[in-house]
Amino acid sequence: MEHKNPEFVFLGMHGNWSNILMLAVTTLIVFLIAYFATRNLKLKPTGMQNFMEWIMDFVKGIIKSNFDWQTGGRFHILGITLIMFIAVANVLGLPFSISYDGVLWWKSPTADPTVTMTLAVMILLLTHYYGIQMKGLKEYGKDFLKPLPFLLPLKIIEEFANTLTLGLRLYGNIYAGEVLLGLLAGLATSSVFGFVGAIIPAMAWQGFSLFIGGIQAFIFVMLTMVYMSHKVSTDH
Amino acid sequence: MSFDYLILGAGGAGLNIWDIIATLFFFLLLMALLKKVAWGPLMGIMTQREELIASEIQAAENSRGESQRLLEEQRDLLKEARTEALAIVENAKKQGEASREDIITTARSEAARLKESAIREIDTEKERAIAAVRQEVVSLSVLAASKVLEKEVSEEDNRALIEATIAKAGEVN
Repeated sequence: MEHKNPEFVFLGMHGNWSNILMLAVTTLIVFLIAYFATRNLKLKPTGMQNFMEWIMDFVKGIIKSNFDWQTGGRFHILGITLIMFIAVANVLGLPFSISYDGVLWWKSPTADPTVTMTLAVMILLLTHYYGIQMKGLKEYGKDFLKPLPFLLPLKIIEEFANTLTLGLRLYGNIYAGEVLLGLLAGLATSSVFGFVGAIIPAMAWQGFSLFIGGIQAFIFVMLTMVYMSHKVSTDH
Repeated sequence: MSFDYLILGAGGAGLNIWDIIATLFFFLLLMALLKKVAWGPLMGIMTQREELIASEIQAAENSRGESQRLLEEQRDLLKEARTEALAIVENAKKQGEASREDIITTARSEAARLKESAIREIDTEKERAIAAVRQEVVSLSVLAASKVLEKEVSEEDNRALIEATIAKAGEVN
């Protein structure tokens, strides 16, 4: 279990090749799915087009439960990309993990806090950006004094808490899933009895992790839209 | 700058700036690419479908209105045709009545004329018959008279008579 990360230092900044590799793989897979699903588009959808349209309508539903479509429509592309990116990233580590020479190469990119926190901070910064852009700096600032002015410190803490929970929830779920899968895999490779004992829980846990991966992607997008609507809408 | 205690050692030795950059880079690249090649066209076709459905509904509504209008028009035309037919029948009946009257009058006057002429003819025939009878009666009377006289005045007698008369007349002269 004691895997090392393939770290490097470039221009005085640290990096992890494993994360970069897995992010690239995730990006490639999502791109290929979306690309080939949207070739040969028809008014009467068939096959993969149906699937992509279902995802679009699903995200549209998430957005519509938080904004009116007039305001929320601009976040549609962000939402679809985010949900597919995170869902694919979550399940990448499920079928196997690859480590070479004690260095972990293949895993879920979202099993790394840096990646999930980056996404979370990006989302929160976007909410602040759109809050200022759509309501003006004055209205945006006033929101921190609502409902009562003395709650201002709590409001400021809330922003950081939102960011932390958004990123660490995703990281925690996926990382825990991978740790448990790694333990089961270790048990399976230990002996014949271990293999027989581990195969059923491993399959069950993989199925459950698939489910968790989907749910976490949904939650991430849902919370993105909730935070966004708090900043953007005028009636809160 | 160690975050090990915060993130259970999974994040590595320090803050991985390159990971942050990579995450942002890959995510934004993916979003931009997919917007261009996948979401854009897909949204386009979904909007197109919405528009198609809306226009189909509009067209159906329009054609329904059109057919309603045509039906109304046909109904009016039918009503008009019916009243026209009724008027024509009425007219024909009236005309028939009139021509019947006409024919009857003509026939009646014709009959009267024929009767008149028949009466006239009968009268002339009667006159003629009476005249013929009269003539017959005269000749019969003459015949009867001559029979009664039982003497036929012959030509020689006549001549002798005439001569005797002439002679007598001459003597007298």
